[in-house]
Amino acid sequence: MAKKLNRQVICDVLIEKGREDKDIMVLCSDSSGSSSMTAFHKELPDQFIEVGIAEQNLVTISAGLASCGKKPFAVSPASFLSTRSMEQVKVDVGYSGTNVKLVGVSGGVSYGALGLTHHSVNDFATMGSNPGIRVYCPSDPVQTEKLTRALLEDEKGAYIRVGRYPSEYIYEEDVPFELNKAMKIREGKDAAIIACGEMVPYAVKAAELLAEEGIDASVIDMYCIKPIDREAVLEATKTGVIVTAEEHVAFGGLGSLVSQIVAEVGGAKVGSITLPDAPVIAGEQWEVFDYYGMNAEGIAKTVKEMLAK
Amino acid sequence: MTNQELQRKANELRVDILRMIYKAKTGHIGGDNSIIDMITALYFKHMNISPKQWEEKDPNRDRFVLSKGHAVEALYAALGDRGFFDKEEMIETFSQFGSPYIGHANNHVAGIDLNSGSLGHGLSLAVGMALAGKKDGRDYKVYCVMGDGEVAEGSVWEGAMAAGHYKLNNLIGIVDRNRQQISGTTEEVMTQDSQEERWAAFGWHVISIDGNDMDAVDAALTAAKEVKDRPVAIIANTVKGKGISFMENVASWHHGVPKEEQYEQAMAELQALLAD
Repeated sequence: MAKKLNRQVICDVLIEKGREDKDIMVLCSDSSGSSSMTAFHKELPDQFIEVGIAEQNLVTISAGLASCGKKPFAVSPASFLSTRSMEQVKVDVGYSGTNVKLVGVSGGVSYGALGLTHHSVNDFATMGSNPGIRVYCPSDPVQTEKLTRALLEDEKGAYIRVGRYPSEYIYEEDVPFELNKAMKIREGKDAAIIACGEMVPYAVKAAELLAEEGIDASVIDMYCIKPIDREAVLEATKTGVIVTAEEHVAFGGLGSLVSQIVAEVGGAKVGSITLPDAPVIAGEQWEVFDYYGMNAEGIAKTVKEMLAK
Repeated sequence: MTNQELQRKANELRVDILRMIYKAKTGHIGGDNSIIDMITALYFKHMNISPKQWEEKDPNRDRFVLSKGHAVEALYAALGDRGFFDKEEMIETFSQFGSPYIGHANNHVAGIDLNSGSLGHGLSLAVGMALAGKKDGRDYKVYCVMGDGEVAEGSVWEGAMAAGHYKLNNLIGIVDRNRQQISGTTEEVMTQDSQEERWAAFGWHVISIDGNDMDAVDAALTAAKEVKDRPVAIIANTVKGKGISFMENVASWHHGVPKEEQYEQAMAELQALLAD
């Protein structure tokens, strides 16, 4: 199956739009290579700013640029951007209301054996808890492209997390996309799997495994962590069983946000697949996923367990 | 305005600051009064900024960032006096329920671009504004006022490093070197002497002055605008609480609120300055 780096997709869109609009800028913190922004730097050098290894400065300089009408994209590994720059995001982007788009690359545990310093396991929680900051975690290259184009059209802050490895294509080029509306990949009446980012392909495969056993599960791609698509969650409650899957700790993640909505209306049990509340075992991203049951088999197993409860 | 007129204006603004804080029973009067001379020189002479330019979103206007956002009373007083908003209404509602005139710089107030209050952010905001000016080929200047306690924040030096690296000759950083912070003197809390060497080491042109002497302030700002090859740091050696005798150089007046007798004495001292 064809694959592409989501961060490369973002770079391609920014180069295309940046040629037409010189206010579109990219800022990196010694991260242009790791974030696939070298091509932007090469194509549009006057619209690229290197700040060095200084993530606080990365975000706050971006806010200063935005206050003068620039449309900065601050691109840095998700682990550092979402925690080292936390207060800068809170104050200079969220509070001041600046149009800064924060792109966290190599998200989740994709840096594998480099350890927890390099894992963004809590970025949905840290970034999303800031008033005024939206949080997105796209799954495939098509969705990433549509999301990037949509975010270029507005003037508010947002955080976008993408992974380190190429993503499988899930969607066709002409798939309908509306910002902040979840994308339903599969209909199902027995259970609903709500996933985001790297967990979405596993959710699709889990639904296929469940279908073999006669269990009809829907799959919802909730790339919009904040604002979450409430209607899609309410719709999912009709199955009676929801299982969420995310590359994030339980605290403040997709599972907790879905549960908060379901708790208001009832009608469904919610099971959550998340990273543990501990540094993860050393290994490549997929080895870590397998170890913690964050894969198709694990999702299918949790769906069955929830159905049996 | 002449320097004498600017000094008088600064003292008038000291009266506004005192009224605001006495009425609201909150504020940072010590740091307001150390930096008000500089802010007055900026808003009444040196900066290219007016209410009309603000309303028309003039992209060529100068920018100002109050990184020591707690000295906001000084900024509100200057902006109100310049006619960005109704100054008396501001004095009446400062820090009251529902007021936009809150206790740190707030960009819901006319004349203020970005919020501040958490220390160590403003210089990097100013760097972004200065870079935007360079990218767009505009010749505006960006001014950023920092506290001398604030420069303990590491993020200040990230901003200083970038400004030096990009040789931002359109950026003027001002350190309010009043030598006092909330817990005591800066030298007791965290050594801040050798500011001049520190900024120079980051590639800045440094001008060190008496920041409460209007002739010196005016000369420093004039000279700063002429530096062509690098950012300028003005180390404004000031007196915290300047102009009100019992507040001068007393750390507890960082955010002290005068009692009635103290208010009357302070007002009498400021009126005496204005009568000169």
